[in-house]
Amino acid sequence: MRVMMKFISARAAVVTGALLISTAAFAATSGHGPEIQRQQWPFAGFKGQFDKNQLQRGFLVYKEVCSSCHGMKRLNFRNLSQPGGPEFAEAAVKELAAGWPNQIPEMNDAGEIAGKGGELLKRAARPSDPILGPYANDAAARAAQNGALPPDLTLIAKARSVERDPHWLVHPLLMLGDIFRGYQEGGADYLYALLTGYTDAPADVKVNDGMYYNGAFPGHQLAMPPPLSDDRLTEKDGYKLPPTVDNMARDVTAFLSWTADPSLNQRKRIGWQVMLYLLVTTLLLYLGKKRIWSKLH
Amino acid sequence: MSGHASTYEPKSRWGKWWDERLPIARLMHGSFVDFPTPRNLNYLWTFGGILSFCLVAQIVTGIVLAMHYQPSDVAAFNSIEHIRRDVNFGWMMRNFHAVGASMFFIAVYIHIFRGLYYGSYKAPREVLWILGVIILLLMMASAFLGYTLPWGQMSFWGVTVITNLFSALDTIWAGLGTSIVEWLWGGYSVSGVTLNRFFSLHYLLPFVLTGVVVLHIWALHTAGQNNPTGLDIKQPSDAVPMHPYATSKDVVGMFMFLIVFAWFAFFLPDYLGHADNYIEANPLVTPPHIVPEWYFLPFYAILRAFTGSFLGIPLGSFAKLFGVLAMFGSILVLAFVPWLDTSRVRSAKYRPIFKWFFWAFAFTCVALGYLGSKPAEGVYVMWAQIFTVLYFLFFFVAMPVIGLIETPKKLPKSITEAVLGDRAAAVSAKH
Repeated sequence: MRVMMKFISARAAVVTGALLISTAAFAATSGHGPEIQRQQWPFAGFKGQFDKNQLQRGFLVYKEVCSSCHGMKRLNFRNLSQPGGPEFAEAAVKELAAGWPNQIPEMNDAGEIAGKGGELLKRAARPSDPILGPYANDAAARAAQNGALPPDLTLIAKARSVERDPHWLVHPLLMLGDIFRGYQEGGADYLYALLTGYTDAPADVKVNDGMYYNGAFPGHQLAMPPPLSDDRLTEKDGYKLPPTVDNMARDVTAFLSWTADPSLNQRKRIGWQVMLYLLVTTLLLYLGKKRIWSKLH
Repeated sequence: MSGHASTYEPKSRWGKWWDERLPIARLMHGSFVDFPTPRNLNYLWTFGGILSFCLVAQIVTGIVLAMHYQPSDVAAFNSIEHIRRDVNFGWMMRNFHAVGASMFFIAVYIHIFRGLYYGSYKAPREVLWILGVIILLLMMASAFLGYTLPWGQMSFWGVTVITNLFSALDTIWAGLGTSIVEWLWGGYSVSGVTLNRFFSLHYLLPFVLTGVVVLHIWALHTAGQNNPTGLDIKQPSDAVPMHPYATSKDVVGMFMFLIVFAWFAFFLPDYLGHADNYIEANPLVTPPHIVPEWYFLPFYAILRAFTGSFLGIPLGSFAKLFGVLAMFGSILVLAFVPWLDTSRVRSAKYRPIFKWFFWAFAFTCVALGYLGSKPAEGVYVMWAQIFTVLYFLFFFVAMPVIGLIETPKKLPKSITEAVLGDRAAAVSAKH
């Protein structure tokens, strides 16, 4: 029996070894884009919180750059003054809403309200209204954007992630590492890589008409022109950092991370209170259990 | 609900009055207070209580979420965002419910592997075990239906892929599968109609589940708990009253579990989900990789292992049918485990060969889970096929054969001896 087991395990080792080599060969040949680097975010990990000033700068980038194509329909103006966000003053938000170029369609239960001439009525936004983009609907957006659809940005940081394909042996370790660090910033890492990822296409790649080369984008060609450039915003616009692409990309990514997860600050703060309670209670319960069981031995 | 007579004595007139009319306090006392529990249960035995907690937590958070959720194709996705953003502590309820589903599965898988290791399925606990398999199936159905409700891209396409599995029955009887799929969908594609009925069923199943859990606990308290030695309780010193002994250990286990639960719910609420589910469902755009939730990945790997050929054997048009049968079979086979295992000894602690195969099987399940997360191409398919074979070999070959050829280690005379060793005689005599 013993001899047979030994024989079987020796054979198994040979077969496993052969298969491992073939796995490694497969991993080496399958092509992927450039690795998306993890960034340092103030809101990262289990203790990170949003930086109010960064969110304010990020909103400025959104307002001055992104909002010319992209809406933010799941965010209301009033959210901009709530705790844990950019925390703009309420009066400033009211003014911002009133001046927002993309006004709110007047709606009744049957749909939109038309004026005497049949034209659809719109009104200035109030703080309780959503932050709309320039297009009334997807068809209008596609018509204006050469067939491409600029997605709504409210949830974009949660709706994107970085796909990693580590070797199966290190995979569980990397997972555990992420769990212990509380890593959830894949979407932010991707957005930052995208915003800073515009380069000239490699010689062997033909970029289609109206498309731009970007190493971070799946397929490497996208319809969005590079939105940021150095000095795109200046101090005159109210942007208070050196106006590099890197700074603006970081700030707007932080802002988009907040719009996708506006309760992050509160969630982590309560999380630590809950953890503290659970740890102390677990310890007390364990001591109680030990005492109860000590009578038995 | 217990196989032993309750020692309950009503102390007040009020208690007496009830005891003569509806002796529910007597039942609870007999089942959860003085019920004899093996004295050697380790922390793996705390998962029964943890699972009861998970069930109640899912029902409570689910009821609250249903107050704010709108089961319609146009409103579902928005209503989830409404819960996350506008409902007071809605983000917390939603995280508890979504993370809770994953935690429920972590707990149930540990519970099942514990049962497999210590032989908790063996006589007289076959019915208890089969009820457990039914609970697992109901859990899976509930989780699958629930994952539809956010109506994101992965919800929509997950439902499309999984419900489409039934169309494999067309190979047996032309039109049968398609009819079943259309009946499930309530139309010719996954739509708002499908979402409505899935919401209704998602609300129903947990209560069915609760009913089966009551039977599961009833069967447990009739046969008595298994324990790490696999020995029966033979003398009073083998057991301790459930309260305060088992209960004090249960709460420690539960709080340790809650630490993990809270870590995910507060710091990693989306870690176990998929980014694509933050994109509203769109029937016109298929995500590049459609993957189910992590707890279905091993079964998904088995399903996809059946491509045009299986380890060189051509399957032709039957590939899909075999995949579907293998996937459902991989769960249903659990129901036959009490009879597939031929060993006279319950606990793997005393089974030198089986122990190795148990861990090999555990590795097989993890490997299948990993492969389920990978695209079905290249070597991944071959590995999925190999591990699928190993999965079934464990049940159909390892379990029956090892029981026949293995010489178990010497069993202790009693649970007391296993715990106390030489001092056992003194303690037994004292009782």
